[in-house]
Amino acid sequence: MTQPVHSQLIYDLGAPGRRGVRFPELDVPKSGLPAGLEREDLPLPEVSELEVLRHFTRLSQLNHSILTGFYPLGSCTMKYNPVINEETARLPGFARSHPLQPAEMVQGNLAVMYYLQEWLAEIGGFAGVSLQPAAGAQGELAGVMMIRAYHQDRGDTQRNKILIPDSAHGTNPATSSMSGYRVVEIPSDERGNVDLDKLKAECDETLAGLMLTNPNTLGLFEEQVEEVIKAVHAAGGLVYGDGANMNALLGIARPGDLGFDVLHYNLHKTFTTPHGGGGPGSGPVGVAEHLVDFLPGPIVAVVEEGGEDEAPLFGWHTPAKTIGRLKAFHGQFGMHVRAFTYILTQGADGLRSVSEHAVLNANYLMAKLQKAYEVAYPRTCMHEFVLEGRWKDAEGVHALDISKRLMDFGFHPPTNYFPLIVRETLMIEPTETETKETLDAFVDAMLQIAKEAREEPETLTSAPHTTPFGRMDEVQAARQLVLCCEIPRQPAVVD
Amino acid sequence: MNIPEDRRYTQNDEWIKLDGESATVGISDYAQDQLSDIVYFEVSLGEGDSLSAGDAFGTVESVKAASDVYAPAAGELVAVNAALADTPEAINSDPYGSWMIKLKLADAAELDGLMDAAAYKAYIEEREA
Repeated sequence: MTQPVHSQLIYDLGAPGRRGVRFPELDVPKSGLPAGLEREDLPLPEVSELEVLRHFTRLSQLNHSILTGFYPLGSCTMKYNPVINEETARLPGFARSHPLQPAEMVQGNLAVMYYLQEWLAEIGGFAGVSLQPAAGAQGELAGVMMIRAYHQDRGDTQRNKILIPDSAHGTNPATSSMSGYRVVEIPSDERGNVDLDKLKAECDETLAGLMLTNPNTLGLFEEQVEEVIKAVHAAGGLVYGDGANMNALLGIARPGDLGFDVLHYNLHKTFTTPHGGGGPGSGPVGVAEHLVDFLPGPIVAVVEEGGEDEAPLFGWHTPAKTIGRLKAFHGQFGMHVRAFTYILTQGADGLRSVSEHAVLNANYLMAKLQKAYEVAYPRTCMHEFVLEGRWKDAEGVHALDISKRLMDFGFHPPTNYFPLIVRETLMIEPTETETKETLDAFVDAMLQIAKEAREEPETLTSAPHTTPFGRMDEVQAARQLVLCCEIPRQPAVVD
Repeated sequence: MNIPEDRRYTQNDEWIKLDGESATVGISDYAQDQLSDIVYFEVSLGEGDSLSAGDAFGTVESVKAASDVYAPAAGELVAVNAALADTPEAINSDPYGSWMIKLKLADAAELDGLMDAAAYKAYIEEREA
């Protein structure tokens, strides 16, 4: 049976014996694999080059990306990834080097990593940085492992719990559990801050640390952040900062100055390296002086100071009490080049302006939408804000329906149902790279949807209408997972 | 919203129902409604494990969110409703029949500190306001 064109797998295309590339006849003796290792059949697709290109181009057109439209996916900082990043990452000296080359042969690469370490340390207010972690969640793991190593190094071994606010990313408790800690959830107060009294009640001699995102996932700056950190420090605990929301703070506030002991950066959010399916992510960690010896390594250090006309000699340095490697080789080097490029093109003033505009854009959207939608915590937001996707006079409409309907307008939906402490959450992060025209078009769509919710709710509950596929059955997809497709067996083509 | 009077309720929307010396535990109609379609349920502890009040014993996951389920009172875990792992949708259709675990209570009087149906109803209304 022929599949509809959008559902076709590459195995539904082609014909037996069809090839994209034909190799010339061998003019040397064929050297085969040892007997028994060569498989009898290999069911690869048999398609022409043009069929392959059309197939994958069509698939790419089914995707939404930052290059096709506005992408206000809260907490993900889906901002524009400048093309110049791709140019520098493809320079042959970067793209064609190998991590096993001797340091003397790849001084340019090490220089990029060294200055990126230094710049990230300056931006975050930290004494040291390791670029090793492969993404945000691995940066978190590195951070909590360092906290653990720090306590154990001091013989302070009775500390067994980590405090996590109820607005935190789900990866925070997962990280703490993986590091062998008990997780204690701290509620938020009525202004969306960590409840300081509840936090203080948990600050005792068993406290290993606190994992805190600032601004938090409600898009709000923790108003008592210094007191919160002071309370944890007074009990002997350390504070881990989740840098997911660093896009609000560049050049404005430094987590290290606020008292954070360790923080991870998401290069793929704040520093414009590719994101989502394109990735890979990159999650460097920055630490205060007392954790520098525990950094995952090796990191890049200056081995010989340079002179006036002479570059320094860079080399690898393994911190004395390192928690070890988190990844083979040296992290996602291609992402380091892109983030380095971004910081260099922005400069110090440019980075501050990035955050100022990210915060301005979010507040502009919030101000425009707050008459039609309930703002969960109505105070000036940072780079994102949280709306409730529900109305008392439109009972059958949910946040999910609003999101699906937004797709009809060419917008990617906001984050749904997170953070968990708000009902029917719509979490909206416009980023600084959108124009006022785009923001206004999004506002118009949201206002129209609020009207439709009362006048024609079925338009929302049956959305989307203009996408290649309509409403997916997410319940069935979750309950009856199909994780592999059966590849049709084809007769082996024998040369 | 269905709130039977034969059991007690927690602020985290679990119910606990005394049954002789032991008690069954599940989540309320309100909880399943808030979660929407439940697609996964898992008990992370085994029979014989002892729990304090407030200890997480399992996870319930819907298309919206994953949420821990907590023991309303202290006791020893004596039975797990294994059938729910294969039919998590039963928690939606019959939240009060779908018990998750059975506890041998350390002190049955602990239940007196939990909400009865009327108090729980008021607690839901307060959050809906």
